Amino acid sequence: MRTTGLLLCGWLLSTACLAAIDPTLLKPLASEDSETKIAAIAALAQAAPDEALPVLKALADDSLALAGERVVIVDGARVLDAASHTEIKPTATETIGINNRVRRELSGALAALRLFSNERAMRWQAAQELTASADAKMLPLLDRALAVETDTGIRTRLQLAHAQASLGSTEAQVRLAAVRVLGESSDPNVRQMLLPLTEKRGDAWIEPDSAVRAAAGTSIRSIEQRLAWADNLGRAFTGLSLGSILLLAALGLAITYGVMGVINMAHGELLMVGAYSAWVMQSVFRAHLPGLLDWYLLAAIPVGFFSAALVGILMERIVIRHLYGRPLETLLATWGISLFLMQVARTLFGAQNVEVANPVWMAGGIEVLPNLMLPWNRIIIVGFSIAVLVVMWAILNLSRLGMFVRAVTQNRAMAGCVGVPTGRVDTLAFGLGAGIAGLGGVALSQIANVGPDMGQGYIVDSFMVVVLGGVGQLAGAVWAALGLGVFTKFLEGWTGAVVAKIVVLIFIIIFIQKRPQGLFALKGRFVES
Amino acid sequence: MLRRNFMKTLSAAAITTAFGFTSVSALAAETIKVGVLHSLSGTMAISETALKETVLMAIDEINSKGGVLGKKLEPVVVDPASNWPLFAEKARQLLSKDKVAVTFGCWTSVSRKSVLPVYKELNGLLFYPVQYEGEELERNVFYTGAAPNQQAIPAVEYLMSKDGGEAKRFVLLGTDYVYPRTTNKILRAFLKSKGVADADIMEEYTPFGHSDYQTIIAKIKKFSSEGKKTAVVSTINGDSNVPFYKELGNAGLKATEVPVVAFSVGEEELRGVDTKPLVGHLASWNYFMSLKNVENDKFTKLYRAWAVKQKLPNADKAVTNDPMEATYVGVYMWKQAVEKAKSTDVDKVIAAMGGQTFKAPSGFTIKMDEKNHHLHKPVFIGEIKADGQFNVVWKTPGPVKAQPWSPYIPGNDKKKDEPEGK
Repeated sequence: MRTTGLLLCGWLLSTACLAAIDPTLLKPLASEDSETKIAAIAALAQAAPDEALPVLKALADDSLALAGERVVIVDGARVLDAASHTEIKPTATETIGINNRVRRELSGALAALRLFSNERAMRWQAAQELTASADAKMLPLLDRALAVETDTGIRTRLQLAHAQASLGSTEAQVRLAAVRVLGESSDPNVRQMLLPLTEKRGDAWIEPDSAVRAAAGTSIRSIEQRLAWADNLGRAFTGLSLGSILLLAALGLAITYGVMGVINMAHGELLMVGAYSAWVMQSVFRAHLPGLLDWYLLAAIPVGFFSAALVGILMERIVIRHLYGRPLETLLATWGISLFLMQVARTLFGAQNVEVANPVWMAGGIEVLPNLMLPWNRIIIVGFSIAVLVVMWAILNLSRLGMFVRAVTQNRAMAGCVGVPTGRVDTLAFGLGAGIAGLGGVALSQIANVGPDMGQGYIVDSFMVVVLGGVGQLAGAVWAALGLGVFTKFLEGWTGAVVAKIVVLIFIIIFIQKRPQGLFALKGRFVES
Repeated sequence: MLRRNFMKTLSAAAITTAFGFTSVSALAAETIKVGVLHSLSGTMAISETALKETVLMAIDEINSKGGVLGKKLEPVVVDPASNWPLFAEKARQLLSKDKVAVTFGCWTSVSRKSVLPVYKELNGLLFYPVQYEGEELERNVFYTGAAPNQQAIPAVEYLMSKDGGEAKRFVLLGTDYVYPRTTNKILRAFLKSKGVADADIMEEYTPFGHSDYQTIIAKIKKFSSEGKKTAVVSTINGDSNVPFYKELGNAGLKATEVPVVAFSVGEEELRGVDTKPLVGHLASWNYFMSLKNVENDKFTKLYRAWAVKQKLPNADKAVTNDPMEATYVGVYMWKQAVEKAKSTDVDKVIAAMGGQTFKAPSGFTIKMDEKNHHLHKPVFIGEIKADGQFNVVWKTPGPVKAQPWSPYIPGNDKKKDEPEGK
């Protein structure tokens, strides 16, 4: 309580400390014309750097408005006069809109102001933004910032920006130093800046000094090496990410089809059940626990698993149990179930897709290098698929249920003879496979659309993975999913998404013809026929 | 045996037709049937469901004010399920079984192309409410959406202007079917006429329902880093837009660096996306929900109330968009034409449509061209705001006449600006 009071005092003091801004400086910010606006931003930042920050920030956040003749900052229900920072009660406010061009200038101006902030994170971000737009005009600013900056990470960034800004210098020595510093960069834009230095215009070199030219060549090569490395890393990651999604979609099927031999055409709908449970949990959290909304996904994991497992167990008990050993009838019956489940989803949730939002902690990504950003949702899904895989491996290989499942798969009659309750094991194994599919669905809800027929898109992929990997093998499914993921992404980069899809399907057909048992074939006497 | 069966079928058919006729004529005395042909499931449901609601809302509004020619309108809603051949089947059903006086429907050009032969053969009347690629002018269709010169061309011109960021390189990204392919053909020709080299244009297509945009975003990043200011023109349709924009936001591709302008993304499509990372990306339309004028105020309020009344999902956050406005305008223009013709007869209505005007929610009085079956529409370019609405950053001074035959496609200069007579 006391701290809040103190904070409030501090805040009041700080706002009170701010001197009033000349309203004539603010007025042109509301102009319709971008030129005037940009000039006004520069003028304001120049004239009153400290006072300008909240105003420009409000402009960037769409909360600067016009109330009659006055420029005001709208802060929730409160309206503050931008010039004097006193609260006023206007009748109507009209938000001042900005376009991309103004936004670009604005973020530059804001970064310049924040470069002297007390918070390290602010300065870091500001330095990063300035590197994108550094030019000769910014040199004095960067010099000032470099003089006071103590953090090495931010210094490095500022030096890069400084080097960019001094590329246009008239002294060869300064240019040479700049070019050398820029060799440390891994930004494709910097490469673009350096390229002209090694080119000729007409007969004359653009860069007159040969030492600078040579240094530019070296710097470009080292930047390009880093870029190529990042490119390959990015490609590998997209492949890995698609592979992990394929794996999550197919893991459940690897049990129901791969291990138990049930051709389950309703597998896609089990994914759908999982995805809808994510949506249901999101709605429940939104309605009852809005404070914990960001964590709905964690609750969706068990819910998705158990609801899909329940559907799976019901399917097995009511229909599939009676059809073991009759693959064609199983196929038809499960296809019917799939249509039935889709219609149920349509009736319950509507035919339209439902919106499942990424929690805040899954939005955005980590910037490994300027041209390589790994999105959080994909990183988390890769991790999640590994976790699911480990748990499943442990269940199949370390638990009693897993032992029974393996025993029944290998020799049903003998397992029955030694007292394994084959019927119940079948049900539980099918439930486990369905539950894993539910987990896959929860993960898919974070990157794909959730709708009644979403399962249709994954059923082909799932069968592809299981068949390619070799029926009855977990390891096979893992390698097949990763292989297909990387292969598809490689092809997409080369031929485009439409052709890649066709090529992958043709490849699978040829592969199955040449090697019907898949990548890894089960060996031993329990293999049927 | 065979013969007896045949006779049986024949008589059964005769009875059904007779019944069919009597029921239709009995109803026709009181109502005019209006067909609604929009996908309510499948990949296009994200966009088309709202259009069905708009038609029903307009019909409800007209009925509450006494209907048309003293008769109530009766909607016949069918679901072609984003399945193109099914569109043709459902259209045939609407025309020959339900005997609708007019149909409001279709979103994708491929669905329009698949119903066209049916409307021509049975002399039906179709109102098509979505921006499209042009290259078509049919007597039986009125196009209330934009032609390329009312959406695509102004958008690209804006991107090349100073305020739009002076883009010099373009990525043309679309779903793989007739609308994006043709639009990109027109845009390529247009860009060439503006001096953009082939090497500075990248064209990419994805299948319908595509959900993994990692590779494409990485390609765009690479393309944009090869020098010169780059912009993306997206003609992605349907629910693929959700994963596309999610990936775009997560990959940190900012609008200030590489702006994306979309032709099939409006307020409705953005409802399923977190728009905070997308601030500044653009869309080009003839209407935005955020426009401030009396007609739009009425229109948005009307739709909100309708959404609440119909208990639509997320009714409190219901939004309006351009194709919904075009649908609404279409329904009213048809009503006006029927009242002018004093008949719902297709030929008479077609003759009465030319020159109809309507005070549209876009804030302008828009006119159906006397000849070419297209509307004169204003063009707006908006930037996505953090709340999922658009901030208009550019607009035409007034309505623009449609050019269904784009001058940027060779041979079009010889085509007539009106449909071939019957």
